Amino acid sequence: MQLTSEEQAMLNGERGPARKWAIEHQIQVGRMFDAVDMVPVSQSHMMADPESLGEAGVAFMENFAAMDEADRRVAIPMITDPRGVDLSYYDPLGQTEEMANLERRFIAACQSLGIIMTDTCINYQTIMPPVLGDHVAYGDTGVVIYSNSVCGARSNFEGGPSALAAGLTGRTPRYGLHLDEHRQATRRFRVASEPQGLTDWGVLGAVIGRKAGSYWEVPVIEGIERIPTSDEMKHMGAAMASYGSTPLFHIVGVTPECRTLGDVGGEALAVEDITESDLDVLREPFGAKGKTVDVVVFAAPQLSLVEMQTVADLCRGRKKHGDTAFLVCTAASVYSDAERMGFNRAIEDFGGKVLQGTCFYQQYAREIGEANGWKRLLSNSTKIVNILGGYGYAPALASMEDCIDSAVAGRIV
Amino acid sequence: MARTLKCHVGIGPDVTGEALVASDNFSARYDLDRIKGVFSRPQHALAGQSYHDKILVLNTAKGGVATAWMLHEMTARGITPKAILFNQANTILAQGAALANMAMCDRFEDGDVTTLINTGDRVTVKPSEGIVVIE
Repeated sequence: MQLTSEEQAMLNGERGPARKWAIEHQIQVGRMFDAVDMVPVSQSHMMADPESLGEAGVAFMENFAAMDEADRRVAIPMITDPRGVDLSYYDPLGQTEEMANLERRFIAACQSLGIIMTDTCINYQTIMPPVLGDHVAYGDTGVVIYSNSVCGARSNFEGGPSALAAGLTGRTPRYGLHLDEHRQATRRFRVASEPQGLTDWGVLGAVIGRKAGSYWEVPVIEGIERIPTSDEMKHMGAAMASYGSTPLFHIVGVTPECRTLGDVGGEALAVEDITESDLDVLREPFGAKGKTVDVVVFAAPQLSLVEMQTVADLCRGRKKHGDTAFLVCTAASVYSDAERMGFNRAIEDFGGKVLQGTCFYQQYAREIGEANGWKRLLSNSTKIVNILGGYGYAPALASMEDCIDSAVAGRIV
Repeated sequence: MARTLKCHVGIGPDVTGEALVASDNFSARYDLDRIKGVFSRPQHALAGQSYHDKILVLNTAKGGVATAWMLHEMTARGITPKAILFNQANTILAQGAALANMAMCDRFEDGDVTTLINTGDRVTVKPSEGIVVIE
C-alpha cells in the first residue's frame, strides 16, 4: 500500500504504540482487499458489547488506556454502538455483577481514549449524520447500510477493532464501499406493492438481503413511489444487512446516488420481481399465532423518539399480561427526551421497561433468556428475529400494534 | 497426491488441520455457541458440530460486525477454528482474523471451495502465499 509520510511515521512507531498497532491492522486488512492507499475519515463508530469483547477484548482496550495520553487519544470524533448492560437496570434482567464489571471497565477504557459514549445504533438519527460523499468508519451493519444508502456516505462494515484503528489513525484502507466501482448496482429488484408499517419494510429488506446474499452485491430497488420515512428506511436497511450482509442499497428516485436507474448502472441488469410469495416465505418461520409469548422486545435498531411515542400511545391506559415481559431499547439521548415527554412513563405504567443505551441482542441474550425462562420472543424487528434463533429463542414477528396486543393477551394475537 | 488450490492472499499464519465443510454462510454471533465450541443455530448446515481446531470451509460471511471481536475472544479462550476459508469473505471476517491472528483466505481460482474440499480432508492453509494444500 502507498503510505503518506504521516502514515509511515505511525508504522515506524513514531506516533506511539497504539497508532502503530492501528496502522499495522489496517495494512493487513487493506492488503486482503487490494487497497492501494488510505482514505481520511471524519468519524468512527465502534461496536463493542461485552459479550463480544469478553475478558480478552476488555483487557485489549485497557492496554491502550494505560498508555500516555498523547499516544492513546483518538484522532477524530469516535462514538459507540449500544452497550451490553444498562448499568441502571441489570440485576432484574438476570445479568450478573461480572457482566456489569466488564462493562464498567470497558467504558472507563474508552473514555480515557476520548471516545464519546453515545451507545447508539441510530447515530444517523440522533448524533451527527454523515453527508453525501463523507468517508466514515462505522460499525454496526444497520448504521453502515443506512449511512451508505440514505445519506450517501462511504463506509465499509468496520468491526470493533477496525473502527478503533480508524479512530486512532483518522483514516481507513480505501477498499470496498469507499470506491465508486463498488457502489454501482449489481442486482435489480422490482417491488409490486409498497410495504405498510415498519415490520413490512423490514420484511422487504430481509427478502432483498437474502436474495442478494453477499457483502459485494448492491441491490437497486424500483417500484417505491412514496418517499419512506427515516424509521422505515432504518428497518429495511437493518434487515437487509442482517439477512444478506448487504452494506448498500439504492432506491430509484429516493436515495441520493440514484436519482435515475442509470446513475447506478441498473439499466443493463435483469429485473427480479419481489412477489407476495417471497414476503410470505420470509415471514413463515416467524409466525406463531395463538402461542404463549414470554417476552415482547422492541429493539434492533434502537427506537427513535417517534417510535417511542408510537409505542407509548399504544400502551397508554392498558396493562400487559403478568406472565409476559415487555422491553424497549433506545439510545440514552432518546431516553432522556422520552422521559421529558412522558413516553417512558406510559410504557412503564403498562408494565414494560425502557432500557437505555443497550440493544437486546447485544446484551447477553442467551444468558438473560435462560435466567428468565424466556423462549418465545415476539418483536416487530425483522432483524432481531433473524439473530435470536442461534441464542436459543423461538422468535416470532408481528407489527408493533400486534406485539402490544399480544403483550396484553399473553399470547400471540 | 496433494492438490494445491490458489486463492487471494489472506490473513494470519500457516496452519494445518482437518476440514469441516458446508455450503452455508457464517457469523460467530448468529451461528455459534462459543462456550461449547459448536454451531448452535438449528438451521445451520453444521448445527451441533464442533468447530474447535477445524479448518472451516464455508460460502461467505453474513450478518453483523460482532464476529470481529468474537474471533479474538474465542482465540483467547482457546476454543476456535484453526482457519476459515470462504468463497468470499466480508470485511468483518478479515478484520477479525487480523486481530485474532487467525488464518483466513477467500476467492479460489478453481471455483466453489465448498465443493473443492471435503469434510475430513487434511488441509494446509498458507495465507501469505495465497495457497491451500489438500493432502
